[in-house]
Amino acid sequence: MTEIIASLPPGSILILGGLLVPLLRGRLLQVWLLALPVVSFVHLLSFPEGYLLHAHVFDYELTPIRIDRLSLVWGYIYHLAAFLTVIYSLHVRDGVQNVSGMTYVGAATAAVFAGDLITLFVFWELTAVTSVFLIWASRTERSYRAGMRYLIIQVGSGVLLLAGTVIHLQQTGSLAFGHLGPGTLGTNLIFLAFGIKCAFPLLHNWLQDAYPEATVTGTVFLSAFTTKLAVYALARGFAGTEMLIWIGATMTAFPIFYAVIENDLRRVLAYSLNNQLGFMVVGIGIGTELSLNGTAAHAFCHILYKALLFMSMGAVLYRAGTVKGSELGGLYRSMPLTAVFCMVGAASISAFPLFSGFVSKSLVITATADGHYLVAFLVLLFSSAGVVEHAGIKVPFFAFFSHDSGIRCKEAPPHMLLAMGLTAFLCVGLGMFPQPLYRILPYPVDYQPYTTTHVITQLQLLLFFALCFGLMNLTRLYPPELRSTNLDSDWIYRRALPATAHAVLRVARFFRVRAVDRLERNITRFVRGVYRAHGPEGFWARTWPTGRTVLWVAIILAAYLLIYYL
Amino acid sequence: MTTDKSKSGLDSPRTGRIILWCVGGVCTLLALADLLYPKHVHYGFEGWFAFYGGLGFISCFFLITAARGLRKLVMRDEDYYDRDYR
Repeated sequence: MTEIIASLPPGSILILGGLLVPLLRGRLLQVWLLALPVVSFVHLLSFPEGYLLHAHVFDYELTPIRIDRLSLVWGYIYHLAAFLTVIYSLHVRDGVQNVSGMTYVGAATAAVFAGDLITLFVFWELTAVTSVFLIWASRTERSYRAGMRYLIIQVGSGVLLLAGTVIHLQQTGSLAFGHLGPGTLGTNLIFLAFGIKCAFPLLHNWLQDAYPEATVTGTVFLSAFTTKLAVYALARGFAGTEMLIWIGATMTAFPIFYAVIENDLRRVLAYSLNNQLGFMVVGIGIGTELSLNGTAAHAFCHILYKALLFMSMGAVLYRAGTVKGSELGGLYRSMPLTAVFCMVGAASISAFPLFSGFVSKSLVITATADGHYLVAFLVLLFSSAGVVEHAGIKVPFFAFFSHDSGIRCKEAPPHMLLAMGLTAFLCVGLGMFPQPLYRILPYPVDYQPYTTTHVITQLQLLLFFALCFGLMNLTRLYPPELRSTNLDSDWIYRRALPATAHAVLRVARFFRVRAVDRLERNITRFVRGVYRAHGPEGFWARTWPTGRTVLWVAIILAAYLLIYYL
Repeated sequence: MTTDKSKSGLDSPRTGRIILWCVGGVCTLLALADLLYPKHVHYGFEGWFAFYGGLGFISCFFLITAARGLRKLVMRDEDYYDRDYR
């Protein structure tokens, strides 16, 4: 029995336990859902650091389990996020969501501990297939369509990963999932697969398209796992790839412009998620111990504060029925605790001193400055300030303050408040006492976040930004919240490509009609010609009298004799 | 869920102005604090007086102004994707 458990990858208990969920009801179901992340966490802790499980399939050596310090950071936070999200979701009776949520978390966890590319591919695809039900569970036409787009893109990413793996195997003879680095066709395809899941610029819009369409609790699940799995995969396979610095810097900057003008506050958070991923990607691109620690620490903190923000907006959606900024405002009266928790999440993502983002984001920014990447450093500072606008101020401001929308509803249910409270506590706790987090990072940490310079410069950056926001809002220079759709890169495959395909088909149909008409005319003419020649009245259908035939034969013979004698 | 608009409280314009004045006051103190301690920075320009404050203020102005421009370019009706494109 012990051997069987030791050969089960971390996360598999969540997958197997999740499949049993439909058999349970009521309190038993709730206890089961709460117990699964705990038992799975204990299972993870049973593996010693450095543990490797090898397996031979045909002629290939696979490593389904690899436990090291990098994967453990993700393992810890995935279990923590799963436990908090389960508390938040205790009201959910929908079996589809419960099964999907648990198997999704399990697949993402197992993927993190994959030591070879085939195992990674299997769980990579499993995260896509299991998570899409969290979007479809909204059971709307929009969510169905968004889910289909999400599934196609995610599965497409997996197909690229598999193609890259096969080519990489042919080129190197290895399936090991270690440092890959770009440069060959195989690793380039793998890089692209990771990039899609990590929402690189122009490959990103599945995130903003799908996440806001998921259920109240589904978005909280989704926010934690998929993209962070991609960050892990990049950190494992492409650390020190300089291209990632520029990709990451772009990721931090461009989504914040969209976040300013977006009306759906969960979509604002999705843009914000994209922006935060950028910081992690920059850390991977720099590739030093400090920057990789920064990436891991930021992923850890980010999962918590982003889940907290999505939880608070989910609670608003659950109670007020909308998360449109244009329809909300003044909700602090009805949902004061949710408002407080949302502000803790906002302060954390904004990297205010004493909140979690402050102790993690600064690792990446310091590593960028240490590496003398001046442009990237300035972009990161701008983006750090920009976070204050959309996630730090906009989300809590337009939902809970701004103007009174007149909406009066109940406070979030107790289990949601408990989940948000615990997550908020962790955000503050990590911000005030970062050492436990620093101790679990992949490399030894020699960094002190709380220096006078860092605290004052960060406060200046954030509060001057807030001052400008306040002044622009007061003078109505700030763009109002409007019901709208903002075109993003998904416009290419949602509108431009279908419209182009439609136009091409229309032109083709036009030419086809003309070609068919002409063919029909020609065939008709031919048939008529044949009919004229061979039909009942046709020349060749006549019956020839024998005498006339003999006469013609005689004439031909006479002509022949004449020619012969001549 | 009921609706009943109130004109007082934390979301009133008067409270907003008070908070803004407070933020302005704290910003002034933070800028002045730059004179009181030795800055440990990577690049020389970071040592300029209230550099980070100025950067934050300008970043906000640029971000919001650029976003207003972006809105003109990309904003469509809410049901844009629900409509038939043919």
